[in-house]
Amino acid sequence: MYVAVKGGEAAIGAAHGWLAHRRRGDTALAELSPEQIQEQLGLAVDRVMAEGSCHDRALAALAIKQARGDLIEAAFLLRAYRNTLSRFVACEPIDTGAMRVQRRISATYKDLPGGQVLGPTFDYTHRLLDFALAAEGLPPEAPEEAEAADGTMPRVTELLAREGLMSRDKLGTDEAPPDLTREPLPFPTPRPLRLQALARGDEGFLLGLGYSTQRGYGNAHPFVAELRMGEVEVMLAPAELGFAISIGDVTVTECQMVNQFAGSAATPPQFTRGYGLAMGHGERRAMAMALVDRALMAKELGEEATAPAQDAEFVLLHADNVEATGFVEHLKLPHHVDFQSELEKLRSIRARWQAERDAAAPIQEAAE
Amino acid sequence: MTAPLLESSGLHLRFGAVRALDGVAIDIWPGEVVAIVGESGSGKSTLLRVLAGQIDADAGSVLYRDTDGVTQDIPALSEAGRRSLMRSEWGFVHQNARDGLRMGISAGGNIGERLMSAGGRHYGRIRAEAADWMARVEMDPDRIDETPRNFSGGMQQRLQIARCLVTQPRLVFMDEPTGGLDVSVQAKLLDLIRGLVAKLGLAVLFVTHDIAAARLLAHRIVVMRHGRIVEEGLADRVLDDPQHEYTQLLVASVLAA
Amino acid sequence: MNAIPPLNRPDAAYNFAYLDEATKRMIRRAILKALAIPGHQIPFGAREMPLPYGWGTGGIQVTAAILGPRDVLKVIDQGADDTTNAVSIRRFFARVADVQTTTRTADASIIQTRHRIPERALTEGQVMVFQVPMPEPLFKLEPRLAETRRLHALGDYSLAQVKLYEDIAKQGESGSSYAHPVMVGGRYLMSPSPIPGFDNPKLHNSPAIMLFGAGREKKIYAVPPYTTVESLDFDDHPFKPVRAPQRCTACGSTTSYLDEIIADDQGGRMFVCSDTDHCAENQGI
Repeated sequence: MYVAVKGGEAAIGAAHGWLAHRRRGDTALAELSPEQIQEQLGLAVDRVMAEGSCHDRALAALAIKQARGDLIEAAFLLRAYRNTLSRFVACEPIDTGAMRVQRRISATYKDLPGGQVLGPTFDYTHRLLDFALAAEGLPPEAPEEAEAADGTMPRVTELLAREGLMSRDKLGTDEAPPDLTREPLPFPTPRPLRLQALARGDEGFLLGLGYSTQRGYGNAHPFVAELRMGEVEVMLAPAELGFAISIGDVTVTECQMVNQFAGSAATPPQFTRGYGLAMGHGERRAMAMALVDRALMAKELGEEATAPAQDAEFVLLHADNVEATGFVEHLKLPHHVDFQSELEKLRSIRARWQAERDAAAPIQEAAE
Repeated sequence: MTAPLLESSGLHLRFGAVRALDGVAIDIWPGEVVAIVGESGSGKSTLLRVLAGQIDADAGSVLYRDTDGVTQDIPALSEAGRRSLMRSEWGFVHQNARDGLRMGISAGGNIGERLMSAGGRHYGRIRAEAADWMARVEMDPDRIDETPRNFSGGMQQRLQIARCLVTQPRLVFMDEPTGGLDVSVQAKLLDLIRGLVAKLGLAVLFVTHDIAAARLLAHRIVVMRHGRIVEEGLADRVLDDPQHEYTQLLVASVLAA
Repeated sequence: MNAIPPLNRPDAAYNFAYLDEATKRMIRRAILKALAIPGHQIPFGAREMPLPYGWGTGGIQVTAAILGPRDVLKVIDQGADDTTNAVSIRRFFARVADVQTTTRTADASIIQTRHRIPERALTEGQVMVFQVPMPEPLFKLEPRLAETRRLHALGDYSLAQVKLYEDIAKQGESGSSYAHPVMVGGRYLMSPSPIPGFDNPKLHNSPAIMLFGAGREKKIYAVPPYTTVESLDFDDHPFKPVRAPQRCTACGSTTSYLDEIIADDQGGRMFVCSDTDHCAENQGI
């Protein structure tokens, strides 16, 4: 007598117990705190904030701990939590022109107003494993501080725009932009939604797509006009006040990528810009996003759009790693009902194939 | 027949600074084969696409009288209406077979698709009709399950024509149907088209830069240059006694060749 | 530093059935619209759920939006109540909605399902909620959503019919054994979700409400009660629901859909009902 396998409930409970045990690891070692993750694995925290679409370093650090360092899982945790928060007001647009810059570089000018600020970067480090880090030691010496640069750091793209060499983005309206987390993506997709989708897109996917535009899949000739990272103030204008107040600072990374455009009947030849913005410190993400943003403008600019990075449906519907991982991993779920249908189908088709062969065989022999 | 099938007038269309159509009027009568000739850039393909409702002109009217005698205002027609015409009473043969065929679908599927979109739901009958049409365009019906990729350029065009004609349209648009083919293949294909058109009493509007093709197929010839019709008339008259100097040049260059 | 919410009772922080009421209303509007246009896919602002995309988030959101305290919920996956994903989803609702759950098809007011329709005939007042991975029936033929939307608007389904023609020409029968597309109310081509073709006829003129939720793809669609649902086919090659021709080892049924169980590595196999409730009922359990 066959008895169906039962006990899914018990199995799930036991599996999750085991998972918790694995998460903690060797109890002879000190437990990692979310604060430590936040301080010492800061770039992982920033990536989870970006892909989790939620600027909260403490929650992102907790998610990383809970996810055992699986950053996509952590972004998922953060997204699911974010989704339960009520949305009562939208802040004013952040002004990255007024950023308190920690890092600011331009590849298009040797020097420029405000200067080049290298900041905390892996650039120009030699990628040699530093075995000194394996041993606990004294903290590194505090970096030297330069005089704070006074005056403004105008954006490079603005300098070009004043000369008419750079297209200007259309001025925003007072209308609230559409919200990707509330509405499904429409196609064709307006740029605010495109940028939102890219800003929370998977860094690896964006990187690969951006890279592909440099290798001929999409006609890109990009320059980093400017990459800047630092703190910006978040302003909120409550209706009852009638003016904006500061509610705190967030760190963001912004990249403006300059690209040539051949011009059309209506528009003179000029530079166009691709835009990238990442929560926290995320240069690779911001740069890749800027490349892809520009590639997605191909159709609007009347350029030939043949490369994957220029196909908005392809890019935007596959950039989300929380969606992607869910659907790829759902293949682990039982599919035996469908598979049974496939089995019966294949058996039936094979039987027909065999019957036709058998029927044809004598004729063939006769022909020989 | 007392009324034209397709009537158009006052067609204007600009692409930037280029006047692709500059006040064009053309009528097509039932059973009539009309060739639009001219150099590339003369606006002849644009005219074909405007008349077939594939692109809209800036100004002008295109009227089609359907089987029920109802006059359809093509520019005002919804996309659904245009597609329905294109699936039933009209046909379009593209220069490039890739634009007119599904390259991954068998010959039978390609021909059968129009029957299915017209509501055909009997596999056996669809298949029999597809095979019949392959024979009528002088293809081997035994190759019904092969995809267009296996066929030569000339055979692909025959397949495209079969796919178009299977639902017995009244009006067929052809855009350089023999362009890009070898001369001997062209001649056979033109012969086939001529035979089918005569037998079925089709109205055909076709675009070509090949004066010889126009002479072979057309009852009437329309000569276009810079988005305007510079001359039109019965095929023999236009070719043997061209009035406009541009037509004289066109005809002369074919004679020289 | 930002405050982390108290962790001891996470569920207490959530609304009944997890989603907030505004979101439920948004989903209900989509459901009503879907019922009004049978078989037509309605875009909706699907939310991230605490379960992964592809694991039933669409079905869960639909269930959450229609679930009331007096409902009796049944959750099945592959026809069974005790498969891990069914257990997990049932636990989720027990946790955030505290509703009564059941494994009995007859007792359930809402049945959330993945890949099956129960064997027992559904009745008026019952609601089936299908988890849908790919709502677009044409996606294998045309991946671009902007284009498939146009084809639906124009009612142009020759692409799907041609695919069927090709299958029959090549292999003598339809190539799809599950998720075989259906025409709903003679107007919209619809994916019945990946149910086996065996279950397709159960959708036709059913007295129950059929709701389909696709979370990742952010679409909801529906078949209202007593609506025609016809599997795509040809007059001379009618659609054939297929089941393994064996009888159930446990209950002896020769009409129910069967799972094939590999019994040993000598090629031994047996067949049992995929619908565990139906099988138990047959056995008088």
